[in-house]
Amino acid sequence: MSRTDWEVVIGLEIHTQLNTQSKIFSGASIAFGAEPNVQACGVDIALPGVLPVLNKGAVERAIRFGLAIGATVAPKSVFARKNYFYPDLPKGYQISQFELPVVVGGHIDLLVPDGKGGAYEKRVNLTRAHLEEDAGKSLHEDFHGMTGIDLNRAGTPLLEIVSEPDMRSSAEAVAYARALHALVRWIDICDGNMQEGSFRCDANVSVRPRGQAEFGTRREIKNLNSFRFLQQAIDYEIQWQIDLIEDGGKVQQATVLFDPDTGETRAMRSKEDAHDYRYFPDPDLLPLVIDSAWIERVKGELPELPAALSARFQGEYGLSAYDATTLTASRETAQYYLDVVAAAGAANAKTCANWVMGDLAARLNKAELDITASPVSAAQLAGLVARIADNTISNAIAKKVFEALWSGEGESADAIIEAQGLKQVTDSGAIEAIIDEVLAANQKSVEEFRAGKEKAFNALVGQCMKASKGKANPAQVNEILKKKLG
Amino acid sequence: MIDSSLKDIAAALRAKTVSAVELATDSLARIQARDGQINAFVTVDEGGALAAARAADARIKDGSAGPLTGIPLAHKDVFCTEGVLTTCGSKMLANFTSPYDAHVVSLLKAAGAVMVGKTNMDEFAMGSSNESSHAGPTRNPWDTTKVPGGSSGGSAAAVAARMVPIATGTDTGGSVRQPAALCGITGIKPTYGSVSRFGMIAYASSLDQGGAFARSAEDCATLLTAMMGHDPRDSTSLERSYDDCGASLAQPLAGLRIGLPREFFAEGMSDDVRAAVDAAIAEYRRLGATLVEVSLPNARLAIPAYYVIAPAEASSNLSRFDGVRYGHRAAQYTDLNDMYCKSRAEGFGPEVKRRILVGTYVLSHGYYDAYYIKAQKLRRLIAQDFAAAFEQCDIIAGPTNPTVAYGLGEKTSDPVQMYLGDIYTVAVNLAGLPALSHPAGFGAGGLPVGLQLIGKYFHEANLLGAAHQFQQATDWHTRAPAVQEA
Repeated sequence: MSRTDWEVVIGLEIHTQLNTQSKIFSGASIAFGAEPNVQACGVDIALPGVLPVLNKGAVERAIRFGLAIGATVAPKSVFARKNYFYPDLPKGYQISQFELPVVVGGHIDLLVPDGKGGAYEKRVNLTRAHLEEDAGKSLHEDFHGMTGIDLNRAGTPLLEIVSEPDMRSSAEAVAYARALHALVRWIDICDGNMQEGSFRCDANVSVRPRGQAEFGTRREIKNLNSFRFLQQAIDYEIQWQIDLIEDGGKVQQATVLFDPDTGETRAMRSKEDAHDYRYFPDPDLLPLVIDSAWIERVKGELPELPAALSARFQGEYGLSAYDATTLTASRETAQYYLDVVAAAGAANAKTCANWVMGDLAARLNKAELDITASPVSAAQLAGLVARIADNTISNAIAKKVFEALWSGEGESADAIIEAQGLKQVTDSGAIEAIIDEVLAANQKSVEEFRAGKEKAFNALVGQCMKASKGKANPAQVNEILKKKLG
Repeated sequence: MIDSSLKDIAAALRAKTVSAVELATDSLARIQARDGQINAFVTVDEGGALAAARAADARIKDGSAGPLTGIPLAHKDVFCTEGVLTTCGSKMLANFTSPYDAHVVSLLKAAGAVMVGKTNMDEFAMGSSNESSHAGPTRNPWDTTKVPGGSSGGSAAAVAARMVPIATGTDTGGSVRQPAALCGITGIKPTYGSVSRFGMIAYASSLDQGGAFARSAEDCATLLTAMMGHDPRDSTSLERSYDDCGASLAQPLAGLRIGLPREFFAEGMSDDVRAAVDAAIAEYRRLGATLVEVSLPNARLAIPAYYVIAPAEASSNLSRFDGVRYGHRAAQYTDLNDMYCKSRAEGFGPEVKRRILVGTYVLSHGYYDAYYIKAQKLRRLIAQDFAAAFEQCDIIAGPTNPTVAYGLGEKTSDPVQMYLGDIYTVAVNLAGLPALSHPAGFGAGGLPVGLQLIGKYFHEANLLGAAHQFQQATDWHTRAPAVQEA
């Protein structure tokens, strides 16, 4: 019996915390890490008689997002009440958007790593994005059988971004989540801090035999706060569902939690005990009306978006799609790259890209530093690239100079090259002298080469470079050596 | 002195023939002597009143007094008052002291009015007889075996019994106009959005509106003018310029077109009420107004629409009373759910529970369209009826209540009978229009009858002007009940 070929279907709901100063319906601060309940005002703790007032900054960020994904910014959207009882939900309802969300449609184009070193293009369509308030936090530790409630987070503005069920693997889901993460930071609506809960993913996962038109029954994995957990949880869930079906079982619609310690998902509640949230329009808030003037103003303030910049990098600088996407993964990286190119010249754009994505990225990674905190400035890196381009130094020497810049041994590439005598030797007379010495000392290799062993030639080049302490121009060494042996 | 008009009291204060402290003392003495019979007050704040009176006297002395400075007043216990109990007529909030003032309370404090106490009301403003209060029923000053009306029955009774010259109330389905009618005083509910709801404990947010009680239309105008105005803390508060509600007091009635809705006079009114209402309308005609018959064909649907929308909003508004952060919490409970159930079961009375249950039901999945959405459609039709009627007239007149005050306990076992008493008042709230009730004579048992005047949006001054002209020619509003003193 042949095994069924299963197709995976994934849709993501991502809660992004908007980086406003104050809460979505009150004036209290949303700064992270304060003492419990000091950032909860009367509105947040739902005193009798208090009323919500919408924070325009949150709306503005939603508009920014809508424009960035090519969505429709709804001219009129409505806040609704989602009713349920929980101690960290002081009003007994959450104000959210239900039937009429502020952002409708849109899409994100991304590159998905194919697992073989390459990548393929993928478009993920968005269903909607809506504004809502966050709940507080229940603290179950340190209270001796009681539960503590911290309402600092209550009322924090969230934009819940809902995708279509367009993803077909955990890799696609992660690539989408990463692209969205990059985008919300790019347009400066969310700080993207996943540890602090600023970017939380819920994944709806189902499987179906490939070719089947209707979707399988889905289970929703809640509250994944890292890309690794997202991947692990989805992979586990997929296998769990396939195993269940192949063992003759049926997937029941449910909400599940992922346990990072065991790497497993477990059901939290089934469809039967799903809440009836009794949504209805919040009579305390008027419909949110966004006129075209507001949209135009926000549009005018939007930075160049990653997709446009990536296209520009490919068109103007001749970068590959992969490189252009990598360099536009964050606004900071893109800005750094743009600064390097501006100083080093567009003709060296490809070399600049290689350095930013290669040595610099590796070094930053190792040091766990953000590119904005890079010890090597864009100007310094541009200076280095310029010396490679004009043959003052080879690539090998350039790596040395880069390390020296990193550890602050000199102000600039030029200063380091000068101080450490790293200038490339391009005087053919000097190179010839070195080669002669090397040939004389390595007769065995010469004979091997003449006997047809190509590898011996490379060994001789290596010896010449070594003898010049890496400073000889490698191209010239090649050329002269070839002549002498020829 | 506190039986005089606000104008006369203010003049006496300015002339120093009386002091604010004397007025407050008089008011407190009246409460002391009379409220044992009436139970109009939940809380009397003698210390606060005398302190406010001393401050008012200082303002009168330094010339910074306004028309309300030094005037004793009572607030319905639905308005939050910093440092003074705000019970909302409920066991749930029997121990609740607000840390802030409602907007209306702040405005009247700033105007120098002297709050002597908080008045009794139907629990959470749900009721038409003041019998659902945790503090016990309020009695009608004209006959203490009768109800005063509700839900602002305490305020109406306090003014009628001459314990205070003015009082605030709220009107969600008639809760200012109906007790004004049953207690023989004047009460006005302005256009929805004119008086801030901030700090006014919500019953049904889209219908709740603060209002004013006084013996005369002229005094109502003074109080209401001080209460109205834009408040950025209430998103439904209208941002516009608010006129002096007394601007049209001197306007003669000649040329005023009074519309009489056919449906209001068809059936349901008791004979004694009809006689008084007809006589009052005849008086308006005698004073120069012209009468036109108008139609409100959907008026009969107002009660069913109201008793869907108001409970729906109430069921959600009252969710915050969960015993977690303030208010009543059951002494014994086994877990969180048990705490919610017991605290709410103990804290809320039967009428509140009934409306929470109805509201929860009509918002439930599968019933929402049939009830809530349908009721919203009716609401629009009702508003359209008024708009059409106002093309033929300036003011609509009719009865406020189908009968005079009924006996305590007479309708408590039949809530639907009690709901039907709101037949002439609820449509106004559904449409958001301003309306008042003024004394129009007496019916069976020597009990007062009210005439309701309904105006176009923002035409509060016209309504009060018409009522004032009527009161210049009649003396119903000057009649006082004989309250037995302790």
